[in-house]
Amino acid sequence: MSNYTELSIAKALNKGMAKAMQKDPKVITFGEDIARLGGVFRVTEGLLDEFGANRVFNTPIAESGIVGTAIGLAMRGYKSVVEIQFDGFVYPAFNQITSQLAKFTYRSEGSLSMPVVVRIPYGGGIGAVEHHSESPEAYFAHTAGLRVVSPSNPNDAYWMMQQAIESNDPVIFLEPKRRYWQKGAVNLDQPPLPLHSARVLLEGSQVTVVAYGPMVTTALQAAEIAKEEGISIEVVDLRSLSPIDMNTVLDSVRSTNRVVVAAEAPTFVSVASELAAAISEQAFYHLEAPVIRVGSFDTPYPPAKLEESYLPDADRILDAVDRVLAY
Amino acid sequence: MNQPASEQMLQLLDQEGQYEVPSKYSQYGEVVDQLGEEDYKKFYRDMARIRRFDEEATALQRQGQLGLWVPAIGQEGAQIGSGYAVGNKDHIFPSYREHGVAITHGVELMSILKMMRGVNHGGWDPNETRFHHYAIVLATQALHAAGYAMGVKFDGLVGTGDPENDLAVITYIGDGATAEGDVSEALLFAAVNESPLMFFVQNNQWAISSNVETTTKVPLFTRGLGFGVPGIRIDGNDVLASYAATKLHMDEIRAGKGPFLIEALTYRIGAHTTSDDPSKYRSSEEVESWKAKDPIIRFEKFLRRQGIGDDFFEQVSQDGEDLAKEIREATFALPEPPIENIFENVYTDPHPVVDAQRQWLKDYENSLEDNE
Repeated sequence: MSNYTELSIAKALNKGMAKAMQKDPKVITFGEDIARLGGVFRVTEGLLDEFGANRVFNTPIAESGIVGTAIGLAMRGYKSVVEIQFDGFVYPAFNQITSQLAKFTYRSEGSLSMPVVVRIPYGGGIGAVEHHSESPEAYFAHTAGLRVVSPSNPNDAYWMMQQAIESNDPVIFLEPKRRYWQKGAVNLDQPPLPLHSARVLLEGSQVTVVAYGPMVTTALQAAEIAKEEGISIEVVDLRSLSPIDMNTVLDSVRSTNRVVVAAEAPTFVSVASELAAAISEQAFYHLEAPVIRVGSFDTPYPPAKLEESYLPDADRILDAVDRVLAY
Repeated sequence: MNQPASEQMLQLLDQEGQYEVPSKYSQYGEVVDQLGEEDYKKFYRDMARIRRFDEEATALQRQGQLGLWVPAIGQEGAQIGSGYAVGNKDHIFPSYREHGVAITHGVELMSILKMMRGVNHGGWDPNETRFHHYAIVLATQALHAAGYAMGVKFDGLVGTGDPENDLAVITYIGDGATAEGDVSEALLFAAVNESPLMFFVQNNQWAISSNVETTTKVPLFTRGLGFGVPGIRIDGNDVLASYAATKLHMDEIRAGKGPFLIEALTYRIGAHTTSDDPSKYRSSEEVESWKAKDPIIRFEKFLRRQGIGDDFFEQVSQDGEDLAKEIREATFALPEPPIENIFENVYTDPHPVVDAQRQWLKDYENSLEDNE
């Protein structure tokens, strides 16, 4: 029998980090305001007291410096978990992430590994000012050498954090910030799945809705509403955006024959686009309808008063479900 | 700004190879006092060797054997002097022109040529040589060095009182790279963490076609001051000044004094790379004036004053010819990398997309063979 506890996503991430740091003294964490304050979302709260200032420390407000020094620390044998305070603040570190962190193992012909976790609270729906609500996953998923994951619930948050830290490769760890306080049961003994596996969260027979991160909750809401209307939706939580567990996705597609992909990011050249293309290539004869993407508009993130109309919601997912069912 | 009065710059050897220690720089003279004739000969031999290598690499590029060459001619004094001052536990984070520093730490010259030929992107193991990979995106290495230095301090290997145990980190950047934000961030991270990190700035006057006045409004040795990183300007074409300054300040850094910056004033005699045409942006008078300050000729004059004779110089020259022949033949003999290398080491752990695409290419290649 496993031990369970009820945690929020934020607390589960915190516990996951603490467990990894207890296991491996080379795991350290740093970023802006993450020490005494515990980060602006309190994800690192208490770690300073438990692990001390050599392993949990604040940095200057310099994102390139945060990731660049994490690379140097990896060369010295440290496993850094760094926090980028908000999605929109990651771009000053873009070069260090995509041209350096992602490529050192390749450049060094395998003599260097880059076990660095870059934590980024991402996504909208919190009424924030500009640059605090973005979904930058496509930039990173497009870059070979990086792994990109996003948990949708506390149990995954707890385990995926530990698995990301154990990875010998760099992991961009996208935390669904509007779901930070969502609570759920966490199994303290057994990881649910390997880091890069997708999971069928809800079984259904007529339409597959693939979602990840903050949109998983929305997809489940859509499935609930659809059920009342007599429509059976299967929800696949992607969990890993790079690599993508296509087997789990394709198994679902083969049984429902209709797919909607839902994500907060603008759809143009997105993870959702990749899924639509890959499903079409790999399961063409199983499809009764084109794969439909549900995402945000291809505009900059709008002012907060407009975000409700900008972000996809359960109704927009259901609209797409109706469209695939109409074929 | 380009031409500081000599009293603002550490110089121990003048252009005529005359050795003299100004009284305010006596501590650097004491470092040189520890050197003997064999050290001098080693400095000369390696400066001459890396120049001959450089000339040969340029020729190989012209013949289409290398994709690109990045000449370091004129900078041998700065590089060999500082390179030999780096201790045998210290780590080096170079830019992409530090061929001279590379040979002082056992990097095979052919690994540099392999990279420039397009056989691989790196080609040496930094865990073995402590000489890390060339950084093509300017200044990125300064932050890697800053992170590495933070780790050294976490490991408790700074200022233990046992100099055999301690280690320091040195990063090489050029005058052009000092404009990059990563250098400012590295100075800041090193300063606030009191990290064991040396910033060695080779000011070779030109960042491709932009001269140093485009790059900075203040002398570069003062660039760290606002961050709390003190600095000194040295004559980069004086191998003894380069050795002495690097040795003295690396020792201090290892002992826990925190980061330091050396600006080595030198000159890029050659082009930025073999794709560049410096005649379009600088005068031949300027180049000639710097050729007169050549670090190798100057050091030869010094050695001759020490009584070292023709035999030595002839031998070095012959060794250079042998080296040129050797690397030429080795370049011609370099095998093409196997196609599978496209997919190797993209990740450390297994990755399904890489595995699938490796297999796809293999099947595709096989299908082409079947059709032949």
